[in-house]
Amino acid sequence: MRHDHQEPRLPSARGPLSAAVMEYLRGTGPLPGDEEIAGAAAYGDDVQLALYLCYELHYRGFAGVPEDREWDPDLLRTRAALEDRFLTALRADTPVHDGVEEALAEILVEPVDGTGVTHYLRDKGELWQLREYAAQRSLYHLKEADPHAWVLPRLWGRAKAAMAAVEFDEFGGGRADRVHARLFADLMTDLGLDTTYGHYLDGACAEALTTVNLMSLFGLHRSLRGALVGHFAAVEVTSSPGSRRLAEAMRRTGAGPAAEHFYDEHVEADAVHEQVVRHDVIGGLLEEEPWLACDIAFGIDATGYVEDRLAERLLTGWRAGKSSMRTPLPSEKSHIS
Amino acid sequence: MPNSPSDAPRRITVQRRGPLLVEGPVEVELEDGTTVSSDRFRVALCTCRRSRRYPWCDTSHRDRAQPSDE
Repeated sequence: MRHDHQEPRLPSARGPLSAAVMEYLRGTGPLPGDEEIAGAAAYGDDVQLALYLCYELHYRGFAGVPEDREWDPDLLRTRAALEDRFLTALRADTPVHDGVEEALAEILVEPVDGTGVTHYLRDKGELWQLREYAAQRSLYHLKEADPHAWVLPRLWGRAKAAMAAVEFDEFGGGRADRVHARLFADLMTDLGLDTTYGHYLDGACAEALTTVNLMSLFGLHRSLRGALVGHFAAVEVTSSPGSRRLAEAMRRTGAGPAAEHFYDEHVEADAVHEQVVRHDVIGGLLEEEPWLACDIAFGIDATGYVEDRLAERLLTGWRAGKSSMRTPLPSEKSHIS
Repeated sequence: MPNSPSDAPRRITVQRRGPLLVEGPVEVELEDGTTVSSDRFRVALCTCRRSRRYPWCDTSHRDRAQPSDE
C-alpha cells in the first residue's frame, strides 16, 4: 500500500522535455525524442527539470508515479540522453586543473575580499534573501549527503572507511535529531519556510536544480566515482568558511537559533570533514586507483562551475532588488516575533 | 596507562599546517579550567590559535589571498 501523500507532487513543466517526462511518469504520454534533447539548452530550465524528475525516482519518487518507473528501461534511455547533454556541456565548459592538488589548492585559499553569495549575505543580506537562499538550497540540503552514500560500495580500504565515517556524521552520528537534513529543516522553520521535502521544486531556478543534478549524476554512476569524491571534497572544503559567514548573516538578521545552529554546526563539522576527505577519502582512492586523479579534479572543478552559475543568478537578482526564484516566496508565515 | 590490554592507543594526526586530528570523543580542558567536549568521530583541534571556535578548528589557518583579477 502506497502513501502517496508523503511523496512530493510533480512540479509544473518548464518546456516540452520536462512536460513529456512528466506525462510519461503519469502514464499519459510518450517520452521526448533524442533529437529534441540534443537540441535543448544543457543548463536550461527544461533539461534540468527533466533530469531532476528522472533522478528523483531514485530518492523519494513522486506522488502518483509507480515506484518501478525508477528502473523503466525507456525512461533510463531518456535519462541517459539528458545526462549526455549535461555531462558533455560540463566537460566542455569547466576549466579543469591539471591535478587534484592544484584543484584543491585553489579552493583552500580564502579570498580577502570575497564577492560570493555568502559574503553578500553576511554583509548585507536581508531576511527575504536568506529565505530565498534557504528555499533554493533546500533541494540540496534536504538530501544532504544522500547521493554520496551511493559511492560507498565502489570504494574500499581507507577511502571507504573514511567516507563512511563522514557520512555517519552527516547523518547525525546515529541520532535522528542531528541528521544534517533535519537540522536544515529546523533552519527552514526558523525562516518561516515549508519544510516539506520537494516543496520548493517549482520555485527553484535552473541553476539550483543543476547543483543537485550534478551530485545525482556523479552519485548514480560508478564510472563517475572519482568525480563524486571530488564533488564531496569541494563541498566540504568550501563549506566551513562559507557556513561561518552564513551563521553571521543569520545572527545579524535575527533569523533564529536553529538557523544559526545549522551553520555553526557546519563550521565545525566540515573543518573536520575537509581533513578526512582530503587525506583519507581522496588519498585512499588515489592509492587504489591513481588513474582517477583527472576525474577527481573534474568533480572539484565542475562543482565550482555550477556553484558559480548559481551565485551569479542569485546575486544578479538580489543586486537589482529582485527575487532570484522562478516564483517568489509568499511572505513569511506568522512566526517572527 | 591502558585500563585493559585491549585498549588501543588513541591516534592523533599531526600536520605541519592545519589542525591536530584526534579520534573522538574528546574532552578539552582550556586555560581557564573549563572543559568542552565533542563526540564527533574525529575532532580537529586548532593549532594556529586563530579559530573563533577555539579549541575546534574553523579553517582560519588557511592562506588568504587577494581575489584574482576578473
